[in-house]
Amino acid sequence: MENKNGLRAPVSQKPHVVPKPEDTSTIGGTVSIEINDVKYSVPLGTTILEACRENHIHIPTLCHHDDLCIAGVCRLCVVEVTGMRTLQASCAYPITAPIKIKTSTPMVRKARRHIIDLMLSEHHGECYSCVRNNNCELQALAKEYGVDCYNFGHVKESQYEIDDSSYSVVRDMDKCVLCKRCVRTCIDLQEVGVLEAINRGGETMISTFMDKQLADVICINCGQCINRCPTGALHEKDTSDDIWKAIDDHAKHVVIQTAPSPRAAIGEEFGLGAGHSMTYELNTALKRIGFDAVFDTNFTADLTIIEEGTELIIRLYKALIEKDKEVALPQFTSCSPGWVKYLEHFYPEYIPNLSSAKSPQQMFGALIKTFYADKVGVDAKDIVSVAVMPCSAKKFECNRPEMEDSGFKDVDYGLTTREMAKMIKEAGIHLPEMPKTHFDSPFGDASGAGLIFGATGGVMEAAIRTVVEFVTGNKTEDIFEKANILPLRGFEGIKYMEIPIGNNVGPVPDLIKHLVPDWNWLKGAVLKVAVAHGTANAKKIMEDIKRGGKFSECHFIEFMACPGGCIGGGGQPIPTTPEIRKKRAEAIYAEDESLEIRKSHDNPSIKKIYQEFLNEGPCSHLSHKLLHTHYKKRGRYIA
Amino acid sequence: MKNKTNQSNGKVLFSQYNRGDAIKKLSGLSREDVLYELKVSKLKGRGGAGFPTSTKWMLTAAAVSQEKYLICNADEGEPGTFKDRVLLLEHSELVFDGMVVGAYTIGAKKGFVYLRGEYEYMLSSLEDFLETMRNDNLLGESICGIKGFDFDIEIRLGSGAYVCGEETALIESLEGHRGEARNRPPFPVSKGYKGKPTTVNNVETFASVVHIVMKGGEWFQKHGTDKSTGSKLFSVSGDCERPGVYELPWGTKISELLEIIGAKNTKAVQVGGASGICVNKSQFERTLAYEDCSTGGSIMVFNETRNMLHVLKNFMEFFVEESCGQCTPCRIGNTKLLEGVEMLESDEYTFAYINKLKELGKTMQIASKCGLGQSSPNSFLSILENFKDEIFNGRGGKYGK
Ligand SMILES: Cc1cc2nc3c(=O)[nH]c(=O)nc-3n(C[C@H](O)[C@H](O)[C@H](O)COP(=O)(O)O)c2cc1C
Ligand code: SF4
Repeated sequence: MENKNGLRAPVSQKPHVVPKPEDTSTIGGTVSIEINDVKYSVPLGTTILEACRENHIHIPTLCHHDDLCIAGVCRLCVVEVTGMRTLQASCAYPITAPIKIKTSTPMVRKARRHIIDLMLSEHHGECYSCVRNNNCELQALAKEYGVDCYNFGHVKESQYEIDDSSYSVVRDMDKCVLCKRCVRTCIDLQEVGVLEAINRGGETMISTFMDKQLADVICINCGQCINRCPTGALHEKDTSDDIWKAIDDHAKHVVIQTAPSPRAAIGEEFGLGAGHSMTYELNTALKRIGFDAVFDTNFTADLTIIEEGTELIIRLYKALIEKDKEVALPQFTSCSPGWVKYLEHFYPEYIPNLSSAKSPQQMFGALIKTFYADKVGVDAKDIVSVAVMPCSAKKFECNRPEMEDSGFKDVDYGLTTREMAKMIKEAGIHLPEMPKTHFDSPFGDASGAGLIFGATGGVMEAAIRTVVEFVTGNKTEDIFEKANILPLRGFEGIKYMEIPIGNNVGPVPDLIKHLVPDWNWLKGAVLKVAVAHGTANAKKIMEDIKRGGKFSECHFIEFMACPGGCIGGGGQPIPTTPEIRKKRAEAIYAEDESLEIRKSHDNPSIKKIYQEFLNEGPCSHLSHKLLHTHYKKRGRYIA
Repeated sequence: MKNKTNQSNGKVLFSQYNRGDAIKKLSGLSREDVLYELKVSKLKGRGGAGFPTSTKWMLTAAAVSQEKYLICNADEGEPGTFKDRVLLLEHSELVFDGMVVGAYTIGAKKGFVYLRGEYEYMLSSLEDFLETMRNDNLLGESICGIKGFDFDIEIRLGSGAYVCGEETALIESLEGHRGEARNRPPFPVSKGYKGKPTTVNNVETFASVVHIVMKGGEWFQKHGTDKSTGSKLFSVSGDCERPGVYELPWGTKISELLEIIGAKNTKAVQVGGASGICVNKSQFERTLAYEDCSTGGSIMVFNETRNMLHVLKNFMEFFVEESCGQCTPCRIGNTKLLEGVEMLESDEYTFAYINKLKELGKTMQIASKCGLGQSSPNSFLSILENFKDEIFNGRGGKYGK
């Protein structure tokens, strides 16, 4: 995934990749160039832009994004190359011969200023009423190039209607600069293909299939396009006003759950570098804003592990012992609502493979309006349940009609990290300065297993920490140093792992004793698991499964819609780049290692809830009613 | 529009040639021999850009790949050109034989003719022609008995977009995508159709090659000027008595051409179509040549009754519509230039703003992604410069300056 070279490029935007030599010390491995009269030596195939960045020479860019293949369409990064009649787009120019480059000649500066002027002339909207005020690449460029007037005029009237049909993504094409990052995101990175450029010349615009509203096309709501939009043309549907209203209404009991990924990233919105976990500071801030209780989504992540893990054991038992041919394997994770909708659209025939367990957000929602409502003696109808998520698809998920098992809408609002940051700022709070507070009872703090759900591979790692101990009776630490399952970490697009169970099995834990008599049937078995992040990678696995390839032999596969997993979610602070995703993941893994309880089944609150409330155990009647769900065959075409 | 073809004075392209001769001659020639003759001939591409054909073919020939392609660019979309139509209709043998020579030289097994959509009516006769060639072993396997020389041609209809004449957009279109120019490098000679080395040449370029093979590069380069060898087909339209297609040696003066075609009271000549430049009377002694007034063949003549602002407006409207819309300078720039023309029309302009637009035009020339955007400001800049008296008429617009 992090390697762009393998990407299928959409129309006209084939990246020209000159393979860089593995060993640059060989003859021809490097090229000597001159940038602004200074000599450099760069590996063959380096683009001019890369060469400049490497050497701290700033080149403005707009259509370029580290996650995406080259487009070369905004033309802002043009530079002079000696001997060439025209300026060259530095992002798209691989260096294969010694050249002399000038990055800031009068001609170059004038061209860049012209391009900015042209973009501004068609950009409708004012900065102070824009979600991206102060975090807009066009605004930044205007500042960088000293724009103090509109040289080629400025559109006075809106040209497009805002499309806010979707629960997740709002399109405001008046602000579009046609960089096509969203198109490349949707087509290459996610392989969904909802967005494409239509028409020609001055009429060119980004559109959907048949120009339908976003709610009526196969958008999976992942919000990756939002995260790459340089302007305010794409943003999430903001529900923070509704939440303020609920907070200000004293008849309402407003609770909030926070997911691990926003906590690892929200500091970026307050000027901190990537990779600062703000978990406990956030708790304080949320209480000060006026939330009545703050819960840790990781608690239900732990619960997901128990429910989903139990479901897997049941499936395996049915398939291996009862020889039930109807059982769908491999089991797919279901906690990423973008992935779930992707499957519903593109591979509806595989819906039986999806775990019926709800996502942690939705499990929590159902528990808050039942278990918690009873416990604190508040009428569930007066509870407003909010979730801070790294994700725009969570907004869609909480609005799915299936998600009302508590008798009410289980989760009322899904907020993105960005919306949350905005609310905190509005409340006059500077997050990094907050003292630390713990989560509220009755759910309390959660395990590190729930925490690492945020990074790609995390759900699988959490599941294996539990499954290994359940089945073998040994400690995970005996097999994996410090219980860190490294093969499942990192940003490789697809990860695969085999875990031999061996011949020593342990006793079946009490929690699931009623489901399987013993583990003898798993003796000598090899558990095969895989992990994919970004739906383009998910597609690779799905196509392999369809062909009956290696992944069809797996038992359990984790899928996340977003590159990098939730830490790279479409609701996370902008920008999100490969580098930033890495730092956020490190923050999460570091926090996990610092915790005492790092396995879902060790979480005392989990044990308690199975005693006090879900006392028939995992995958029982009550848990099915509240914690499990079903899916909808959607198909590729929506009538 | 049915224009007369004036072939009588054609000394190079319309000189004697018998179908198949150049192909038959290949059995006695190596690839290097063909490349050598091409080099000596100094033939440059006839599609407009004027890239030396021998270099292009040599690069494709030298590219390491099992699979190479040859494309004949018959999109002929430049306003005012119709000379490729004449070649295809009346001299198919020159075009197709030239393609076979090209395939032999670069090592292509498959060729395409990208035929302008509007030329669909000639499709069946061209297909018939290809079929006859196959029957005569001028196409197909072991052409003319040359072992291992297999080549066939497929004709594909274009989609009607001007930009699809640009070679990389053409290739995108052939591949079934939206016709948009690619980033260069890589050039088609190294990564073209399906990512394989590809030569794209204009119809007329292939026709010229045939004569070079038959009569030699030395003979060819005697025609025309030192830097523009051979002859050129000009598609003449506009205010003249004898519009049509003319073969004339490169280096012909504009005034000479006007004489030949019977143009009277000529005020302006647009050389090179909408993307070319417009010259006024004082420049009629300039020559038609790559080094002076370069053209892919389009010559439009305007007499004293024409309003140059209207002429310009037509061109700019064309570009606003035909820009593929992917890159900023061309997509928005052309709209701005057209707005400028409209301001001039309604007298609602300031010199300061028109000067800003001229500067913008220069940026478009160097910063656009493909030749369309790079050449679209040419008519704007040259008409405003060469006809400033008429356009500004001593007034300064409503606002005086
Ligand atoms: C916008 C645009 C349109 C073009 N249209 C044509 C065309 O219709 N026919 C053509 O032969 N070349 C056209 N060209 C030039 C081609 O890109 C290319 O240079 C040419 O086909 C190369 O052939 P040559 O070397 O034989 O001239 C066009 C270029 C541009 C930028
Ligand atoms: S110059 Fe015009 S036609 Fe060429 S790529 Fe840019 S927008 Fe498209």
